[in-house]
Amino acid sequence: MTDVSQLDQPLPVGSDGKLSGGWWGVLALIVTEGSLFGYLLFAYFYLAAQTEQEWPPEGLPILLIPTVNTAILLASSAFVWASEYCIRRRQIHWSIAAMILAIALGICFVMIQLMEWEKKTYDMTSNLYGSLYFTITGFHLCHVIIGLVVLLLLLIWISLGYFDDRRYAAVTIGGVYWHFVDVVWLFVFTTLYIFPYL
Amino acid sequence: MAISDMTHNPPDDRLNRVPDFGRAPIGSAAEAHLAHIWESAPGWRGWLSTVDHKTIGLRYLVTAFIFLLMGGIEALIMRLQLARPDQTLLTPEQYNQLFTMHGVTMIFLYALPILSGFSNYLWPLLLGSRDMAFPRLNALSYWVFLFAGIFMYVSFPLGQAPNAGWFNYVPFAGPIYNTGPNIDVFALGMVLLGISTTVGSVNFVVTLFRMRAPGMTINRVPILVWGTLTASVANLLAIPAVSLAFFLLWLDRQIGTHFFDVANGGKPLLWQHLFWIFGHPWVYAIVLPAMGIVSDALPTFCRRPLVGYTAMALATMATMLIGFEVWIHHMFATGLPTVALSIFGAASMVISIPSSVAVFAWIATIWLGRPVFKTPFLFFSGFVILFVIGGLSGVMTAAVSLDWQLNETYFIVAHLHYVLLGINVFPVVGGIYYWFPKFTGRMMDEKMGKWSFWVMFIGFNVGFFPMHIAGLLGMPRRIYTYSSRMGWDTVNMITSIGSFVFAIGILIFLVNIVISLKRGALAGSNPWDAATLEWSIPSPPPAYNFAVIPVIASRHPLWEDRLEEDTERSSLTEGYLLTEGRETMGTSPIDAKPMTILKMPDDSYMPFFVGLFVSLLFVGLLLHWWNFAGAMAVLGCIALITWMWPQKTLVQRVFSTARTSRRAP
Repeated sequence: MTDVSQLDQPLPVGSDGKLSGGWWGVLALIVTEGSLFGYLLFAYFYLAAQTEQEWPPEGLPILLIPTVNTAILLASSAFVWASEYCIRRRQIHWSIAAMILAIALGICFVMIQLMEWEKKTYDMTSNLYGSLYFTITGFHLCHVIIGLVVLLLLLIWISLGYFDDRRYAAVTIGGVYWHFVDVVWLFVFTTLYIFPYL
Repeated sequence: MAISDMTHNPPDDRLNRVPDFGRAPIGSAAEAHLAHIWESAPGWRGWLSTVDHKTIGLRYLVTAFIFLLMGGIEALIMRLQLARPDQTLLTPEQYNQLFTMHGVTMIFLYALPILSGFSNYLWPLLLGSRDMAFPRLNALSYWVFLFAGIFMYVSFPLGQAPNAGWFNYVPFAGPIYNTGPNIDVFALGMVLLGISTTVGSVNFVVTLFRMRAPGMTINRVPILVWGTLTASVANLLAIPAVSLAFFLLWLDRQIGTHFFDVANGGKPLLWQHLFWIFGHPWVYAIVLPAMGIVSDALPTFCRRPLVGYTAMALATMATMLIGFEVWIHHMFATGLPTVALSIFGAASMVISIPSSVAVFAWIATIWLGRPVFKTPFLFFSGFVILFVIGGLSGVMTAAVSLDWQLNETYFIVAHLHYVLLGINVFPVVGGIYYWFPKFTGRMMDEKMGKWSFWVMFIGFNVGFFPMHIAGLLGMPRRIYTYSSRMGWDTVNMITSIGSFVFAIGILIFLVNIVISLKRGALAGSNPWDAATLEWSIPSPPPAYNFAVIPVIASRHPLWEDRLEEDTERSSLTEGYLLTEGRETMGTSPIDAKPMTILKMPDDSYMPFFVGLFVSLLFVGLLLHWWNFAGAMAVLGCIALITWMWPQKTLVQRVFSTARTSRRAP
């Protein structure tokens, strides 16, 4: 017989935080989604390196609003983290409040991003840069919207009293996906807004 | 709302418990209870909703094999056309569609899905678990694969099938030169298939790290598991490249973007980079699990453990690691800088090192063992020979200067068929002979089995070896006919004859399956006297797989007594009972120590509906039914939310009764 047979310690049952299957699943999802954005940015740099066109067509990008928007998205991540922290501390009301703030900031990001799109004088069919710009930011915006749906579900589930300090794996899993979407934005932002200055 | 002080919760055995350790022999009350919990509902309801990995695995095997037959028939038609010079059986356009669909079918719809079938069926049995980590995701993966296969074939009867070759180079595949729906079907179908492959790969990766029986440390898992794990990790990193490439191409064709549009600054080589960054790891993804099949099954017929287990596991991973650094050897003739060609050519040659480690490990296993010449052994040893021939032509084409001569000739066709049939089809057919008793409870016929092997092996070599010569004589690939003045008549005739002999071999194999299903000898749990866990349970396995979760002490749980490697023994009849609903053991990633009791989901219709709605979404995109596509996206989301809704039976949420009891004084 081996050393592991009859256990003397109880084992957690079901979806217990980072022991849950879902946590591992979302990490694998993040790896593959991260690769997807990697290839998108690869396509951008590959084409940018060889282009003979005006890049970007409107000249160097204006940084103020996108920077503020980046801060908004990062703040939203912080509130998602806070929401999970409050569940662990069994402060469900605070958790709900933090999640509402996170969602509101996420929606702000989407609105500002759509305004940014409005301001462009070209669309994705006008030129190569437009194709790249709208595809890359569009991919990211899709991820933000899916992330917002996830956060909204988490808000509903927390409000229904599904979670407390013993079982809240869904919040951990949904939360890390949101953090991923936000971290990816830093790469997208650096590529599309900072890189032209270099 | 439960906002109280920070006192400790009272112990709740629904949240934490010590798993019972004991026995549950066939016929006992505990065993009957398990069967009741795990079995799917009878009739169409169970058929649509099952999440049993064994059912899903068999579906994968059967579906992928049907695609193999379809791709095979396409090949035979092409061989009829090419048997003699100046034939007019097919028009050039028909020929283009046939070779494209042949490649698409074999590479994407057969080669990986058939291996997913083996792995889906076998993994939990090899690892001592009751299911995969994500049973519902498993079902989704199958449904999307099936729908994607159908999707890619719908335009075939209309004469509008993909026609630009399976690697679909732009600008030929772009909107200017290819105006029909052919390429759009391929592009969207590939994105759809990518979803299936991705979720399947997530499932394998997480299963390996979470679902092994206690005691099955990372250095005790079978090589098949290493192969599929390596392939799955690679898929997670590589599939996004091809999905993105096909999506960008679809945008170029239908929306009017400029990624590959030469006139507006787009770059056709971007397509080749994205495709082959995916393509070459994919080549290893469709052979490494098959090599794993051989590494696990060949030792059974050599009556000894595999020689060099650790070397084999490391070689598997090294092959894939280097496999990410070789994609440019598909692009040697595109005018890239010499430095890049040298580096990628060298890396391609380095792959022969881990490949040789594997080959010598198999040869040593046969050499040091006492071979039993059963049908599976013939297929596995035949595979080793074909692997060496295909590998040698691979090393030749890795040399840049030689590749410039051989590129786009039949030499390449010969090479890729030696590696793909040799390393995929032969182990797969051998694997079916080997595990058929486990799948069905019956043995396959040995005499017909040997006939099928020899006919296939001879037909294969007669068919494909002359292609090397045709290539050296300068015959380009993908031409619909040729003039007899080129001097290619004889080699092509021999190739066509060989291809039909090979097809007869496959036919014998199919007849054998049909006859053995009805009349094969009953197998018993371990007909080959094999060493691994799947042979410790009845054939076919019960719905719950293992009545008790076994405790593993070695790589060869069923051979411990005769190997006498160490004093420890695996515990197969006595183990963790886990009978309170669908449960299995979650263990630590490296040491396989019991960590958690995992609640497994019941059967569910949601995977089918999510798969259906996602597939219909792609139909909407193909036909420009934007509102329909939007509606399908919404329906898919609703199905997904229903699927994900936290359930008490899975202990994804807390129990309200526990909360009220805590509030009470």
